[in-house]
Amino acid sequence: MEEQLFTISVFTENRVTLLHQISMIFSRRCLNIDSLTVSACSIEGVHKFTITCYSTRPMMEHVVKQIEKRIDVIKAFLLTDSEILFQEVALYKVPTESVVNTDIEDIVRRHGARVLEIHPEYTVFEKTGHTDEIMELYAHLKPLGIRQFVRSGRVVVTRSSRELVDEFLEKRMKKLQD
Amino acid sequence: MEEMITGSEILIRSLADNGADCMFGYPGGQIMPVYDKIYNNLYGVRHYLARHEQGAIHAAEGYARATGKTGVVVTTSGPGAMNLLTGLADALMDSTPIVAISGQVGCSMLGKDAFQESDVISSVLPVTKWALQVRRAEDIAPAISRAFFIANSGRPGPVVIDLARDAQIGTAAYEKQEAPFIRSYDSDPEPEEGAIEEAARLLNAAERPLVLAGHGIMISGAEKALAELVEKAGLPVGCTMLGLSGIPSDHPQYVGMLGMHGNLGPNINTNRADVILAVGMRFDDRVTGDVRKYAPDAKIIHIDIDASEFDKMIKCDLHVHSDAKKALEALLPLAERKDRKAWRASFDKHRKIEEERVMARELACNAPDGKMLMGGVVRKVCEAFGNDAIVVTDVGQNQMFAVKYSRFNKSRSLISSGGLGTMGYGLPAAIGAKIGEPERPVVLFCGDGGLQMTIEELGMIMEYGVDVKIVLLNNNFLGNVRQWQHLFFSGRYSSTPMVNPDFRMLAGAYGIGAADVADASQLDAAIGEMKAHKGAFLLNVNIDETDMVFPMTPGGNGVDEILLNESEYYKPV
Repeated sequence: MEEQLFTISVFTENRVTLLHQISMIFSRRCLNIDSLTVSACSIEGVHKFTITCYSTRPMMEHVVKQIEKRIDVIKAFLLTDSEILFQEVALYKVPTESVVNTDIEDIVRRHGARVLEIHPEYTVFEKTGHTDEIMELYAHLKPLGIRQFVRSGRVVVTRSSRELVDEFLEKRMKKLQD
Repeated sequence: MEEMITGSEILIRSLADNGADCMFGYPGGQIMPVYDKIYNNLYGVRHYLARHEQGAIHAAEGYARATGKTGVVVTTSGPGAMNLLTGLADALMDSTPIVAISGQVGCSMLGKDAFQESDVISSVLPVTKWALQVRRAEDIAPAISRAFFIANSGRPGPVVIDLARDAQIGTAAYEKQEAPFIRSYDSDPEPEEGAIEEAARLLNAAERPLVLAGHGIMISGAEKALAELVEKAGLPVGCTMLGLSGIPSDHPQYVGMLGMHGNLGPNINTNRADVILAVGMRFDDRVTGDVRKYAPDAKIIHIDIDASEFDKMIKCDLHVHSDAKKALEALLPLAERKDRKAWRASFDKHRKIEEERVMARELACNAPDGKMLMGGVVRKVCEAFGNDAIVVTDVGQNQMFAVKYSRFNKSRSLISSGGLGTMGYGLPAAIGAKIGEPERPVVLFCGDGGLQMTIEELGMIMEYGVDVKIVLLNNNFLGNVRQWQHLFFSGRYSSTPMVNPDFRMLAGAYGIGAADVADASQLDAAIGEMKAHKGAFLLNVNIDETDMVFPMTPGGNGVDEILLNESEYYKPV
């Protein structure tokens, strides 16, 4: 079966050990997590893990169920790119002396990048976008001599009108009241 | 002002308030404040001193499996906690409710490689349902309440509370806890709308339906609902190994055990059924054989409380996400009354062949040199106890013969390590079962290999006078591995012959009654002696090492591709 890039959104309680509880479900199958972002979400007290991973759909569906089985995990969702809006951010550090001798303005404009800091020795650019866009800028800056580069994991919102976990939480609170 | 008590006392009080009447454990440096309270015998929670932490947790498992209550284990930090890992993994696989309390070094020493420090939470997460480190006395009561709730609700499992020294020696007021509400955890899911109706429709339309009953029957207390449903709708029912005793062995609709060493009828007819109703079972690979050849003609309905089991091994046609009891009770009024006599009778044909071709030899129990066969010994022992004993097994051939040749009248009568297949489980689990159910006879069937893995727990029998009847099926071999070596490794018996101690003398050293049964002619009298003996007894039975477990579905075969003996496949008519 063909592998593709999946995005998994995991909503959890804000506790220690959650990262371990989630990552062990991947490592058990020797699945390599491609990227990982953890932050608060729009619901107070709920944390959101956004994980990307190359695998097959049956494998990912089962991983999601086993993640969800963990007591402190509220809900997990398997998403494909068509269901989400997503971005990554990247930082590029290049020597300032090589920047001044190129058409850097054109590069920055064309790629929608911005300059974060200019230091006598180095200049740092920032670019937000999809992986391929970030790597395109990387290719343009490479001849200048990239000294440092970092790309974040995905941040994702879904094309649904609310957080995907809302319905589940409402159901649970109703059960509590009953 | 409210009385301030230490965290250690809060712990014991919390255990009592959550229904614990005993715990199994082993003291050590970082749990001493708790043991200081155990010394006072507070709140009616008795403590049983195991001889090894692994023994303690298997005893707690046996207690939990026999009673349905949560088994409690207490250990020290570091090595004490690490010795729990096998038992935790076992309990997770077999859905056994356990709360394990491990001592931990003081908070200021965490992460500094302190003496007997280990990263307990990280180590146990993959083998527990939930785990939490508690660092303050005031957090103990809520943590214990949550631990018991999680361990023994939904699909039960083991929980670890790692209790830092600060929490044990700190003080707080004790507050009795309400039953916790955990928003992220729905312990009692409702079946999807229409799922029960659809299940009834499939069942009612079936001509060759088969029920596969698992451990979930007993965990949810669905024994009565299962019996009523299969009687009303004329459904044949087979049990997984852990599902055995969920329905009496002599129930007219019961057709045998499923799986690699199961009975011919239910395995053959799995692949002839047109509808399968799988209840509280998880299509373990030992049940299914090659999944690509499994139940090709059947619509499969899967009832389970654990949604992660759906479509994991076998793609099913209908999922009912609920505990077994709730689902079966809802299904009962919708099921049409049918007798399905011809289909039910088709199982008997296979049973008869199995009785003649496989079981008759075992039950005759005669091998060269007066040696005995395991199946016959098991049947005689069980009958001596009126088929009312709690049967505990170790792992291996002893286990397969014990589960196949025992008969069960009552629920929760088989305690065996299923998913993990943990050798050494049997002796401590039998001790825990007897402590949990003191009125019921407890019989342990074990091999010479498994018994020696946790034989130190004879000490617990001696100290507490636990009346466990130990039937040692002794072939001086690791018999199951030997069987596989014989069948699949050209009879090269690598590291499977065992040089054994004198087990009768060993039992004697612990003050336990014992008898050697060297010859088949002595067996009946020896069983009688064991039964009449007040207190624990070890029967050391001289088993023929060439005895092998059949029928057998070798790995990679379909569920209906079954060996009757080492060279002949069963060819059903």
